[in-house]
Amino acid sequence: MAEENVVRTRNVKKVFIMGNVSLEALKGINLEIKRGEYISIMGPSGSGKSTLFNMIGGLDKPTDGKIYIDEVDVAQLDAYELAWLRCRKIGYIFQSFNLIPVMTALENITLPMTFAGMSTDDAIDKGVRLLTMVGLGDRIQHKPVELSGGQQQRVAVARALANDPAIILADEPTGNLDLKTGKEIIDLLRKMNKEQGVTIISATHDLKMLDVSDRVFWIRDGKVERVERRADLDLNIGTVEGE
Amino acid sequence: MTDQEKKIGKQVVLPLSKAVEISVKSIKTRLGRSMITASGIVLAIAFLMSIFMSASINKALLEKGSLEIKVQLQNIGEEEQVKQIWLVVLSLLVCVVGIANAMLMSVTERYKEIGTMKCLGALDKFIIKLFLLESGFMGLFGSIAGALLGGLMMTIVSSINYGLEVFTKFPIAGFLYYFVVAVILGTVLAVIGAIYPAYTAAKMVPADAMRSEI
Repeated sequence: MAEENVVRTRNVKKVFIMGNVSLEALKGINLEIKRGEYISIMGPSGSGKSTLFNMIGGLDKPTDGKIYIDEVDVAQLDAYELAWLRCRKIGYIFQSFNLIPVMTALENITLPMTFAGMSTDDAIDKGVRLLTMVGLGDRIQHKPVELSGGQQQRVAVARALANDPAIILADEPTGNLDLKTGKEIIDLLRKMNKEQGVTIISATHDLKMLDVSDRVFWIRDGKVERVERRADLDLNIGTVEGE
Repeated sequence: MTDQEKKIGKQVVLPLSKAVEISVKSIKTRLGRSMITASGIVLAIAFLMSIFMSASINKALLEKGSLEIKVQLQNIGEEEQVKQIWLVVLSLLVCVVGIANAMLMSVTERYKEIGTMKCLGALDKFIIKLFLLESGFMGLFGSIAGALLGGLMMTIVSSINYGLEVFTKFPIAGFLYYFVVAVILGTVLAVIGAIYPAYTAAKMVPADAMRSEI
């Protein structure tokens, strides 16, 4: 079980064509992510980090190479199956929270459950439970504008967990938050990772994130520059912070 | 493959009741904007209804009215009516274009929201459903308001022209008939206007939507 690959990429390349110029954003990425791991993808902006992230999330297709999610080749999926994958297998968390502004916190969370065919009553029960779990049990009827950034991101975490996904993809989840709130979200993600066994893959600049990651993929120039385990990391953080 | 497709298609659903709930909420939350969009329909349908009602009232008066009024009515030429029909057709066309424009703006405004829905597993047809329903509801409420407004205005204008006899000879059946026709027409036109914007929204690639920064 623990050795099962939940995400596997094989020589993934992505070329963006902009007018006459073609830009090779990814130059052959090979990585394997095991079930239950907490992964950080680190890299400067323009490194291809977000492109890789979108590929893993099934939001974009590679120009060349294969991506397997739960050993299923994403490129082979049609529109229905992709929607199903996004609905059931993957939970997304974004830098700018991306809650639906016209809906309350609870409605935001029950929407993916509705898509998955859950009855309204069950969805509401589960939604309330999830919101309580992320510490917003008293704010279920609030609209996103009535919540702080940290609270909105908590709603987003709860929404990502709505359909018990295998993977949570978090794109700069702490990017729009202050240090303390960012730390809280990281702790929350780590807690979900430990308690629910959900695999967390997060693209980030945030060095706080390294502390909780099982492994860190460093991306530079469209390639995996190095992969580090947490055991090797402490030393590096020390140097970074000491700079 | 088709069997599997069907099975999976069933697993990602948006029940109509939920879609209605979401689209009504969306209209309510942006009430000011929705009312401006709907006002185009209100005006066009009010115009249409006033033409309908004017014809209906005149007909009723010609059949049952006093001699004095009949003479007055006979002076209205056929030519006048043809011109009015042209004006109505034009105003309805303008109204459809207006709706298409407003809905396109709304798609651009909600780029992120649509992308988010797609990330949560929404199929293209859910997005189309939501936009068509939203526009359909604005069309429905707008044309009900427009039909009432147009009918009322024409009754008042006729009563000024021909006296209170209009009320005693009021063609109730005609009014109801034209009311239903006008409301259906208004709703259908609003939905037609939203087809292209809804399609644009549904075809959006979620990764692009996520990239767009506000």
